[in-house]
Amino acid sequence: MIKFLVKGLLRDKSRSRLPVIVVTTGVMLTVFMHAYITGFMGDTIEMNAKFSYGHVKVMTRAYGEEMDQVPNDLALIGAGEMLAELRQDYPDMAWAPRIQFGGLVDAPDQYGDTKAQGPAMGMGLDLLSKRSGEADRLNLAGSLVRGTLPENRGEALVSEDFSQKLQVDPGDEITLIGSSMYGGMVMHNFTISGTLSFGIEIMDRGTIIADINDVQLALDMDNAAGEIIGFLPGGFYDDKLAVEMANEFNRLYEDDPDEFAPVMRSLSNQGTMGPYVEMTKVWSWYVTFVFIVAMSLVLWNAGLLGGLRRYGEIGIRIAMGEEKGHVYRSMIWESVFIGIAGSVIGTGLGLLFAYIIQEKGIDISGMMEGASLMMPDMIRTRITPMDYYIGFIPGLLSTVAGTMLAGIGIYKRETAKLFKELEA
Amino acid sequence: MNPAKIYLLAPLALLMSLMVSAQDAEDILDRVDRNMYSENRIVESSMTIHGRRGSRTMTAITYSVGDEKSYTEYLSPPRESGTKMLKLENQLWIYSPSTDRVIQISGHMLRQSVMGSDLSYEDMMDTHKLTDVYDAEVTGEDTIDGRDTWVLELTAKTDGITYHSRKIWIDTGRYVPLREELFARSGQLLKLTELSDVKNFEGRWFPTTTLFRDMLKEGDGTEFKITTIKFDQQIPEHLFSRAALRQ
Repeated sequence: MIKFLVKGLLRDKSRSRLPVIVVTTGVMLTVFMHAYITGFMGDTIEMNAKFSYGHVKVMTRAYGEEMDQVPNDLALIGAGEMLAELRQDYPDMAWAPRIQFGGLVDAPDQYGDTKAQGPAMGMGLDLLSKRSGEADRLNLAGSLVRGTLPENRGEALVSEDFSQKLQVDPGDEITLIGSSMYGGMVMHNFTISGTLSFGIEIMDRGTIIADINDVQLALDMDNAAGEIIGFLPGGFYDDKLAVEMANEFNRLYEDDPDEFAPVMRSLSNQGTMGPYVEMTKVWSWYVTFVFIVAMSLVLWNAGLLGGLRRYGEIGIRIAMGEEKGHVYRSMIWESVFIGIAGSVIGTGLGLLFAYIIQEKGIDISGMMEGASLMMPDMIRTRITPMDYYIGFIPGLLSTVAGTMLAGIGIYKRETAKLFKELEA
Repeated sequence: MNPAKIYLLAPLALLMSLMVSAQDAEDILDRVDRNMYSENRIVESSMTIHGRRGSRTMTAITYSVGDEKSYTEYLSPPRESGTKMLKLENQLWIYSPSTDRVIQISGHMLRQSVMGSDLSYEDMMDTHKLTDVYDAEVTGEDTIDGRDTWVLELTAKTDGITYHSRKIWIDTGRYVPLREELFARSGQLLKLTELSDVKNFEGRWFPTTTLFRDMLKEGDGTEFKITTIKFDQQIPEHLFSRAALRQ
């Protein structure tokens, strides 16, 4: 019977073309929207993870309490040993020490007097050991505008906009004026190896990046780091996993009263990321749910209309002696095939468009000018396993449910009145 | 006495008492300035910073002329050794030997801590005579470490003064401050200083130990100890030039 029904659908385009197109469109939109929401919200989380928070972060308790102020006077001393421990205890994670700092960058003229000066936010990254993968993580090579990445001690990168403001080029020397770990003012010279453009307004304004060993030397932070950040093996943030790992780590130190004892925090327990992660979860679910419900109603309605449109045909089939139950079942089977066909094609198309946007992205940098939040300048979708089946909820279930509802009318039709109805 | 006369005389008496009080406060401050300020002086000092992670001490020598010129060179520890600071009127330069750069400290950088201490560069710049920049009023009496003190409340005469108001406890016998509270315009207490080990140098009393506490940060304060102090010395003029910083 299945073969018979499929043949019927293929040969009678009026029964299959429009329903399949409607189901395909709905499923495609559902799949694409889900990938879009996951991508946009996930990108913001990953960007913040890479630049600031990590998926988890280890620091001192005292630092953790004031981490928004980047209090390097409360940094983790013995960072090298802690890093080795973390790499041993959590070998699947990627760990990297970092120092975030603020200060002034001063560019001298030919006489050594100040030519230009500007406030900078800085990052000390493990760039020279090549082990941490920090340069790749922050896509420094891809962000280079001029020059090269630091290859020697004493070299630093500055953002391209900042270099223009300071009127400096790769090869020029600049002086960082900042605060030491002990709170005193420090000055340290760097040679600019290259300039970067992150495409993130807040970072392009004034950023300096140097190898962590140089920053330790500059800020008098011998074997100290403000934070050690860790990234989960899959590369994407998993809140449940990160929170569990942080709880497990913190249990080891819960009896230690020292304010400089290490503490691990998941991304969702840092800064303003907690509400954002929660919002991402809720909104992703909410928007997807609303969209699925909306598409379900549309496809249900399509199924309903399909059933009603074939009122005459069903009447003839019953008049010719076909059993009502058989007619009803055959209609449901037809809607199953239409639902499967539409869902498969719609999922394929949705994934195709999602893949294109995932690879190419949508440039929204024009809308980000003056932004003070770290948000991506490209919107990208992200295809997740859920995208492979989420479209079948409205595509298959709703279509079949609509047909089932419309088909109930078959049982209410009386054979005696059929000819009268057909005559009319 | 006729009650009407009392009503007339009472405000007059109050006014006169206020005038006397103001006069007394000015006199007291003037005596304090005569002790604390000099034409020039050379001070060798140590500064111990009690931070959350322990204490560290640095030593320095400072040459100053009046309240306009000052030259400081840090002598130890090795990391700070050779760092020099030059103040000329309301400008401040700092020289760091590791960078061989002379950089002017201005704007918000003046609020930064000096070597991680509880003192800011603004505090270092603030060497005016109290009588020049504050109106004073005696508001009470107190005892500190067994010494009788007057309590004076000072309010800035003009805008642009680092601390809008101060409360000072002045030793009644030696005319030196023993305690000082420094306030912002909002009334928030910003700094607290406790001065002790008052010694007589060439006829003037001078506190040789000062504990500074920045009330906006944690820690046990910064202890500033004068090791030697010499007044009215011959100080070479070339020290007070930017060229001297690199020498």
